[in-house]
Amino acid sequence: MRIATANETYLADEALIRTRTQWAWTAVLAAGLAAAPFALNNYWLYLACLVAINVASATGLNILTGYTGLVSLGQGAFMAVGAYTVAWLDRNVGAPFLVNLFAGGLMAAAVGILVGLPSLRVKGLYLAIATIGASIILQFVFLNWTSVTGGSRGMNVAPASLFGTPLTTYFQLYFVLVPIAALMVLGAANLFRTRIGRAFIAIRDRDISAEVLGIPLLRYKLLSFAVSSFYAGVAGGMWAYFFRAVGPESFTIVESIFYLAAVIVGGMGSILGGIIGATFMTLVPEVLRFGVEAISPYVDNAGTLLSPVRTVVFGALIILFLVFEPQGLAEIVQRVRRFFHLWPFRK
Amino acid sequence: MPDAMKPARLDVEGLSLSFGGLRAINDVTFSVEPGSITALIGPNGAGKTSMFNCISGFYKPQRGAVRFDGEDVTRVHPPARARMGFARTFQNIALFRGMTVLDNIKLGRHAHMRTNLLQALAFFGPAAREEVELRAEVERDIIDFLEINHIRHMPVAALSYGLQKRVELARALAMRPRILLLDEPVAGMNREETEDMARFILDVKEEWGTTILMVEHDMGMVMDISDHVVVLNFGQVIARGLPHEVQADPQVVAAYLGSGDPAALMKRLAAEADAGAATGGAAMGGRATGGTA
Repeated sequence: MRIATANETYLADEALIRTRTQWAWTAVLAAGLAAAPFALNNYWLYLACLVAINVASATGLNILTGYTGLVSLGQGAFMAVGAYTVAWLDRNVGAPFLVNLFAGGLMAAAVGILVGLPSLRVKGLYLAIATIGASIILQFVFLNWTSVTGGSRGMNVAPASLFGTPLTTYFQLYFVLVPIAALMVLGAANLFRTRIGRAFIAIRDRDISAEVLGIPLLRYKLLSFAVSSFYAGVAGGMWAYFFRAVGPESFTIVESIFYLAAVIVGGMGSILGGIIGATFMTLVPEVLRFGVEAISPYVDNAGTLLSPVRTVVFGALIILFLVFEPQGLAEIVQRVRRFFHLWPFRK
Repeated sequence: MPDAMKPARLDVEGLSLSFGGLRAINDVTFSVEPGSITALIGPNGAGKTSMFNCISGFYKPQRGAVRFDGEDVTRVHPPARARMGFARTFQNIALFRGMTVLDNIKLGRHAHMRTNLLQALAFFGPAAREEVELRAEVERDIIDFLEINHIRHMPVAALSYGLQKRVELARALAMRPRILLLDEPVAGMNREETEDMARFILDVKEEWGTTILMVEHDMGMVMDISDHVVVLNFGQVIARGLPHEVQADPQVVAAYLGSGDPAALMKRLAAEADAGAATGGAAMGGRATGGTA
């Protein structure tokens, strides 16, 4: 149980990690993440890498949708821009893979700014529809600009290499993807301790009074789009190096819905929410698969059930969270933490 | 107190605003002296809020000018006005409900801060320095001053109405205002909250020296704290001057209580009240436009 915290400086009072207990848990988490690859088998390493990519992208979408209040269904398309950029640069320029990732992020940010332009005029559902429109246009470009994107066949990507070593196994990729995702999450958390993050939240909560406080709406909405799609672009680049191939079928509208669902289920406007939501949504299908395997001795063709069940469960999860836990999984975590603050003296 | 906060002078010159065919403001001219409290009053629909929206840049008047220390700012957008030193509060509280009191107040300083995106993502270095400076200043100059120490970490949505109004004033002060525009600062408050707010407004004038222009319906408060009162009716200035002069102005009484000779009106109201008392009913039909205290 914790009685209170006494901080002597404002810097300490505004720190991300404020108590000794929080430091201890952070250290445990970091050690766990560093040690995990030695304990996990290849299948779980594959999932861990996928979680890292999804966390990076969901955190980006959370900046735009959760914090700035601009609903976007274009996250998948922005990831595709990053993935294609990385694939193209890898084939035609051959720069180091970190440079490629960064370039993928920048390219996605540029596209994001273009897609974000209508956001000054349209909000909510209308903006969501506009981003769907943009995704369809991008999809068309990927499919038909054959000389650059490889058309319907897509492109293969050579393995990323670090200090001359090609990163081919999930074990190696884990040690690259997880730190990148962690840095991106840290950057997002920092953003919301400064004027820029506060301006995003102000636009979400009440855009007219944000303007009176000296926040130019269009510039900040576009900045939010740029940061969010930069995150998507880098995540898409990591995805390209992870799966080593990019095609027009890699990032469909379903991917965009997946990320929006991850943000809603995890908790909109919460950094922790983006992390938990992406992890949870990535692992749900695996849990379902175990469930289907468990019942397969008793049910004929259980395997064919997997795909429809997965879709239904995804939809149901979104609805259930919107109705019963609109603040998402992050709020449940906070509730548990509050409980232990005064435990065992108050229940 | 920061030195960049020299109180500004505001001049409204021949301002006219219409919505379609409806004249909301018609050739209005008045001035707000630096460091004074000026109240803009008038019956409902007189054009006070339209006037406020013109001054803070939401409406573009068809004719006339708003001058800020002599500079024409009529066409300047709200964010740019914030940087010049305009700060305003809203009639219906416009705080950010999802944030804490402290974050709301910090937002007031947005236009005066420098942190860029890359510094924000890294945090350590310039961004941290600026944030800590801001926090220290907000704690010292605003949170202590407005006596809101106990609620600084609370979400705004959890506060009482009176406290929310005070937080809105705190946020406006964080903007380093050179002129403070208060839109009905005590609307809907009880007596005690009104007195607190009146005291804080006077303290702002005395300790910060800020120029204050307010729209307010609470006549008791307006007459108590204003240096200068401007009365609008049907989009025109019908009286201006010291509070007691305005109070005695026959045109103002007529605007608030209806047409006719004020003395005769008073007599009629008294007679109606007597008659009402006699029949046991409340005969208040004589009032044309209400809303006065």
